[in-house]
Amino acid sequence: MKTKDLISLVFILLLTGMTISALGSEPQEETKNKENGESEEAFDASTFIMEHIADSHEWHLFTRKNGESVAVYLPVILYSKEKGLDVFSSKKLAHGHTFNGYKLEEEGELKGTIVSVNAEGKIDEENIPLDFSITKAVVGLFSAAIIGLLLFLSLARSYKKTGISHPKGIQSFLEPVILFVRDDIAISNIGKDKYEKYMPYLLTVFFFILINNLMGLVPFPPPFGANVTGNIAVTFVLAVFTFLITQLSGNKNYWRHVFATPGVPFWLLPVMIPVEIIGIFSKPFALMIRLFANITAGHIIVLSLVCLIFIFKSLGVAPVSILFVIFMDCLELLVAFLQAYVFTLLSALFISLAVQDHH
Amino acid sequence: MVLLANSLTTPAIGTIFWTTLIFGLFFLILAKFAWKPILSAVKARDEMIKGSLESAEKARKDMLKLQSDNEAILRKAREEREGILKEARDIRDKLILEAKGKATEEAEKLIEKARIGIEGEKRKALAEIREQVTTLSVEIASKIVGEKLRQTGEQDKLIDNYLKEIDFTKN
Repeated sequence: MKTKDLISLVFILLLTGMTISALGSEPQEETKNKENGESEEAFDASTFIMEHIADSHEWHLFTRKNGESVAVYLPVILYSKEKGLDVFSSKKLAHGHTFNGYKLEEEGELKGTIVSVNAEGKIDEENIPLDFSITKAVVGLFSAAIIGLLLFLSLARSYKKTGISHPKGIQSFLEPVILFVRDDIAISNIGKDKYEKYMPYLLTVFFFILINNLMGLVPFPPPFGANVTGNIAVTFVLAVFTFLITQLSGNKNYWRHVFATPGVPFWLLPVMIPVEIIGIFSKPFALMIRLFANITAGHIIVLSLVCLIFIFKSLGVAPVSILFVIFMDCLELLVAFLQAYVFTLLSALFISLAVQDHH
Repeated sequence: MVLLANSLTTPAIGTIFWTTLIFGLFFLILAKFAWKPILSAVKARDEMIKGSLESAEKARKDMLKLQSDNEAILRKAREEREGILKEARDIRDKLILEAKGKATEEAEKLIEKARIGIEGEKRKALAEIREQVTTLSVEIASKIVGEKLRQTGEQDKLIDNYLKEIDFTKN
């Protein structure tokens, strides 16, 4: 009963949130157009979508009728060789302002990058500061980690309490998923003898991706709705973790397979070795791209459907749009689970290739 | 205008840094404080269930075995009872038969003995009768003879005859 309620709650949040964000975006574009005196100018869907899926230094909530945007300004943390560490609010950089010799580039190749500006107001392209800012994605990540920690630490506590009796409450909801990861991902790929060592990583990566995917589907309020698993840096790090674990657990057979592939004549080795080495890197690369592209694509589709209302400038399109958005959100819910599963499954598969005894 | 941070397909160094930090900590904390107890609890439960099932199966098999044992014992007992009964019946029959035989024999023996006794008695009686008859007849005869002799005086003559007959010379 409780889980059912929770799921329906998530759905309602999803739908209302989507509508809120859609309504919230409308005046922004219109006022902007009015301000510029170009009310005939077409609504720029791609900018709208990019602003929603890309990482940013602020968490935009909504824009007032007078064009004033209401946002949570996130801290900017910069490091440059000359100026050292700098921490300040991103509000100081809003509207193209320069602060402490830093400026957020809004156009050109460096769009979205915080750059150093020299005394003449010119961008110093040689010394781009390292940007360790707490961006929208980082807040999303952090929140997902907190939610995950609360969830699983309380789960662990409940296991300590119930001992070996049947699962109760939250256990009955999460245990099948944990057992699924154990039995159908870890054991079926890595094998009964070696799976246990990799279980913590596989479970962590599965639930980390899942929580972030699901949080990304809920569009409002913060910290929900950040496109975390659709951020290539995040998927890059996850893929690197899988890569490192795979390589570090590679046994003799694995390396022999790379450097002296069995059954391949020796004169083919100069070709085979580079191919195998490329294979080592292309596997996690595919993991990175797959997760990033799937989640980003889902967000783009949902946002595009919302954009239809503003492109047609008609409220009549809204029901159709909303219907499609509901459908897409259901699909994205599936994709959220599916991509977490696929990432974990492939990680387990790569690990199994590295640890298996013979071919 | 949103304060964009980097383009979509370029991994940002800051995000990489924070993701590594957050994911790493998330992993370490969960591995130590969540996955370890959860997995061990689940494993312990699995093992307990497996053990319970196994022991139940074993108990079932034991019971079946016990049942069949019991049946075998019962069957054996029944057989034994049958055997004992049969033996008893045999013994009884034999005893009866033996007793019968013995009794007949004994009876025959008794009868024989009786017959022998009777025969003996008869013979004795006959002998006695014969003796008596002899005595009686002798007496009667002597009486008759004595009477005659006395009447006739022939006794003396007879004695004389006898005496004459006896040859004294022979001795």
